[in-house]
Amino acid sequence: MSIDARFCLQRGEFHLDVDVTLPGEGVTAVFGASGAGKSTLLRCVAGLERAAQGVLSVNGEVWQREGLFLPVHRRPLGVVFQESSLFPHLTGAGNLRFGLQRTPIGERCVDWDEVVQLLGIAPLLPRYPDSLSGGERQRIALARALLASPQLLLLDEPLAALDEARKAEILPFLERLRTRFAMPMLYVTHSMREVARLADYLVLLEGGRVRAQGPVQEMLSRLDLSLAAADDAGVVIDAVVAEHDAQWHLSRLSFPGGSLWVSRCAEPPGERLRCRVLARDVSLTRERNEQSSIVNLVAAEVVELAPAASPAHVMVRLDAQGTPLLARITRQSQARIAVQPGECFWLQIKSVALLR
Amino acid sequence: MLSPDDLTALWVTLKLAAVSTVLLIVLATPLAWWLSQTRARGRVLVEAVVTLPLVLPPTVLGFYLLLLLGPKGPVGAVLEDIGIGHLAFSFSGLVVGSMIYSLPFVVQPLQNAFAATGTRLLEVAATLRASPLDRFLTVALPLARRGYFTAAVLAFAHTLGEFGVIIMLGGNIPGETRVASIAIYNHVEALDYGSAHALALTLVVFSLVLLTLVYALNRRGQSVGVPR
Repeated sequence: MSIDARFCLQRGEFHLDVDVTLPGEGVTAVFGASGAGKSTLLRCVAGLERAAQGVLSVNGEVWQREGLFLPVHRRPLGVVFQESSLFPHLTGAGNLRFGLQRTPIGERCVDWDEVVQLLGIAPLLPRYPDSLSGGERQRIALARALLASPQLLLLDEPLAALDEARKAEILPFLERLRTRFAMPMLYVTHSMREVARLADYLVLLEGGRVRAQGPVQEMLSRLDLSLAAADDAGVVIDAVVAEHDAQWHLSRLSFPGGSLWVSRCAEPPGERLRCRVLARDVSLTRERNEQSSIVNLVAAEVVELAPAASPAHVMVRLDAQGTPLLARITRQSQARIAVQPGECFWLQIKSVALLR
Repeated sequence: MLSPDDLTALWVTLKLAAVSTVLLIVLATPLAWWLSQTRARGRVLVEAVVTLPLVLPPTVLGFYLLLLLGPKGPVGAVLEDIGIGHLAFSFSGLVVGSMIYSLPFVVQPLQNAFAATGTRLLEVAATLRASPLDRFLTVALPLARRGYFTAAVLAFAHTLGEFGVIIMLGGNIPGETRVASIAIYNHVEALDYGSAHALALTLVVFSLVLLTLVYALNRRGQSVGVPR
């Protein structure tokens, strides 16, 4: 099960040259600066852009190759664009029905009531798009795409046009989609927060080419990519809820390299959770320091070092029994406590963000 | 007040306006759509040709149509040969003339309406499994309905006031090609100002009522949230 895509496309000055094999399930984030070709790649996959040389197969079905180009309306996909793209002459329900009615009955695998409930759009159905907020419109647009029973869902910066409050409103719905529906999603974004929260796999585009690709945990810990240079560089850790501590209102999450205490979460023990640890929130000590207010200590071995964005800092990649971690420390500290590959340290983690 | 001849002239006018408006809307749709979507180089030339009737004196238009559609004209002769008959001095000829005369008044609002819809919604429709024709009928057409309304009103009203083209195409046969504007001209030529008045005033009142109705409907359309 995979998505194989190879596109060569020239548009004015811009040249897209991409050859990727992506997982046929889960969320693949297409990440990069603006102008990197993220949306163009998505449009090529959708068939909205016709690459002169292109090969595309989605979970075994060929959508494009030499001498074959399946037109957009014959591809079982769903697209959600950045800005509202609802049909203004149709109500919310009319918009939802548009794709549903054109999907052969035998191919329909998404239930109307379930989608309406999942996205909380029942009260919006009789209303026209111009009376809806940006967040409400994007929820309708998502539902509309889902009801066409796509075998591939393409999302082109679906949150970029929304303010922070609206983003926070939509993100949980996107998470529910990824857990509920098995269809693979290609998610174009330039927001690291969305990548950390939603993505399983990451494709990094630079100047129309694939700079790197891989599972998101691995990609976020690589020091040779521009990702590590960002101020909010950090790793994601997929952990399991181990126990709740009623007295101190904490929960313990365990992962292969150790465990992390976080504010008491609602999920029962055994549930999978993803959390994010920023490099700037991690400090290194030689000795295990019990006389500190920091509760989270993880033992790890230094793998490599790389320059950080500022000359005062250095990025350190560590390995905690298979789980990669990043720390951003000053060069001065690096020299003082001799941080070198192969050395073992205690990582003091000041803050852990629960993502999902 | 109005003589039977004048009533007939009014009837011919309305019939001419209605028939040419309907035909023009249908035939101009593909042209307007093509103009709104294409990036072909020939587009500017086609746009100029479509706009030509707007700037040419109607007599010039009528003169060339007479040459074209008359018994010896390239189009008229062919029509003669296949047994339809040439189009000069006939109602059909007037319909053809009116359509060309009002062409820019229909193509431009439609082209603008199609262009205003943009490509995004059509792309979305395609991703929701709508074929090209389906997209046109269920997205482009309904979103351009305001443009259609404007185009129809303009074409109809413009044809009501047509004179130069009709007189060049031989528009003075009662019941066939004599429209109201020609009848008024005849009355004035004959110094029958009373009859001219009656017919002219009828046209003024009719046009005023029509336009008022149009603006009222247009306004109501806006208040119930019919999209742009």
